[in-house]
Amino acid sequence: MVNAMEIYQLTPKTNCKKCGLPTCMAFAVALLGREKNIEDCTPLVDEPKYEAKLKKLQEVMEPIMGASETGLIVHPEKCYGCGNCVVACPVNVANDPRGSAIGLGPKSDKAILVVEDGVVKCLNMEECRRFGPNKIMCNACTATCPSKAIEFV
Amino acid sequence: MAVCTGCSLLCEDIEVALDGGKMGKTRNLCRKGLGHFKSIYLDRARPAVDGKEAGIDEAIDKAAGILKNAKKPLIFGWSNSTLDAQKAGLELARELGAVVDDTSSICQGWIVEKVLRKEIPTCTLDDVRNYADVSIFWGSDPSSSHPRHLSRFSYYPRGEKRQRGYEEDRTAITIDVRKSPTADISDEYYRVLPGGDAGLVEAMISVLDGKIPRVEDKKKLISLVTNMKKSRFGVIFPGLGMVYSLKGRKELLDALVEKLNQSSRYSVIPMVGHYNMRGFNQTLLDQTGFINRVSFQDGVESGPEHSVMEAAKTCDAALVIGSDPVSSLPAAVARRLAGMPVVAVDPHRNLTTDVARVVIPSAASGLEAGGSALRMDGVEIKFDGVVESERMTDLEILARIKEGL
Ligand code: SF4
Ligand code: SF4
Ligand code: SF4
Ligand code: SF4
Repeated sequence: MVNAMEIYQLTPKTNCKKCGLPTCMAFAVALLGREKNIEDCTPLVDEPKYEAKLKKLQEVMEPIMGASETGLIVHPEKCYGCGNCVVACPVNVANDPRGSAIGLGPKSDKAILVVEDGVVKCLNMEECRRFGPNKIMCNACTATCPSKAIEFV
Repeated sequence: MAVCTGCSLLCEDIEVALDGGKMGKTRNLCRKGLGHFKSIYLDRARPAVDGKEAGIDEAIDKAAGILKNAKKPLIFGWSNSTLDAQKAGLELARELGAVVDDTSSICQGWIVEKVLRKEIPTCTLDDVRNYADVSIFWGSDPSSSHPRHLSRFSYYPRGEKRQRGYEEDRTAITIDVRKSPTADISDEYYRVLPGGDAGLVEAMISVLDGKIPRVEDKKKLISLVTNMKKSRFGVIFPGLGMVYSLKGRKELLDALVEKLNQSSRYSVIPMVGHYNMRGFNQTLLDQTGFINRVSFQDGVESGPEHSVMEAAKTCDAALVIGSDPVSSLPAAVARRLAGMPVVAVDPHRNLTTDVARVVIPSAASGLEAGGSALRMDGVEIKFDGVVESERMTDLEILARIKEGL
């Protein structure tokens, strides 16, 4: 996973403050925390001399921008579709006693994780324990994954 | 709900959307199972005689002719066919005086045999889900081979006596030569050197006898065995790693399981691969008293000389059902097979259908045809086809060949 330093290297490093932050490093941290978007750094987008940096930054940020509200990222190309995360997720277990709780595919509409077309898919992300102001640092889905196909930013 | 015949777990909760008769979105099917389902649209076999496309009737006539004229035909494959097709195939084998064998004779066979003959205790996967507190993956990596094993049965699900989830209620132990994906998510990983399984079993037995084991890391082994002993319901899932490594010292497995059963309750469920390998071994055992390597040449006989490895040298024709021995068996055996008239019955094109004198395409069971099979734990699972197909089932093909004799 990309870190703030690597992102900083891809900013203009001029500390011009156009993004609303005092330094490019602060912008990098905000970007990683998904509090800012790449487009907020107008020089990077507008000035042709930063074209290569912009492209690279968009590349490294893509998986992070795709992350859900809770910071969950799925790499479908790594996923075995084994369903470990589906069955271990405490919310799935609580909402779905006749399905995922006992090892079967989810039978409830409230399941967060399901396996579709051979790979995991996140639905109902708002049910996740990491969501919202009272979040709990649950990691049942990432800890049970044999292929590191699921992670948090 | 459909059943997946992609491996011997025969998952029964598969949802498939049908879109104008074609398979659409699937739910609950693992990646391996998805590949299996999608395979019906890829590389299908076509009826052929002597390398040229032929009508299906001509192919069947020709197949019957080859088998009838053979002095000693071999029938190989079986484990990707339904129980009914296996029974029909055995009737054909008796009539032909054929030699029959399947891949179990070079892989899981010896452990399956101990289980089927009740020489070592076993249980069902439903028991595992409901009661097991220790699951030992020994030389097996279900995350790769049987992807839903841990989530459906052996580690993550809640069960009758396992209500609190895997962190508190279950222990997963992986014993393997490499840190496999399954080892990565197990509570304990114990590395064994290639071929070192017999030594490890002996050391475990010493610990169980209260002796100091002769291994390098005594502490680690003693802690492993202590965890195994604490179990109230333990299960060992042997894979090919253990099968090959203990081959010369088979009695050690019995000894270990017996020792463990003095203070706990331990069962063994062999991790068979093909969806109905266990079904074939059971059917053959019920009918002949042997699980594989049977000759019907002169009554019923079994022995190493009737294994596919030896039979390939002495047989003069072969019927291969749902298997690709030309690519999966050692080169010398494959060459022998390729040199004799082969009749291949298979849903797909493969190296064996490529060299076969006669190719008879079949419906993919579980996908295009129904039937039933024995899951890896011996429980019978019934299934229907998912999509319509014009192709004949193995059962129909074998019956037609028998008529043609
Ligand atoms: S707008 Fe861009 S260049 Fe200016 S401070 Fe922010 S990140 Fe740095
Ligand atoms: S973080 Fe916890 S609650 Fe959220 S999806 Fe993963 S396992 Fe479920
Ligand atoms: S994300 Fe991991 S645990 Fe979940 S289905 Fe995919 S491989 Fe299995
Ligand atoms: S675990 Fe085996 S039977 Fe179950 S869906 Fe995957 S391939 Fe099919």
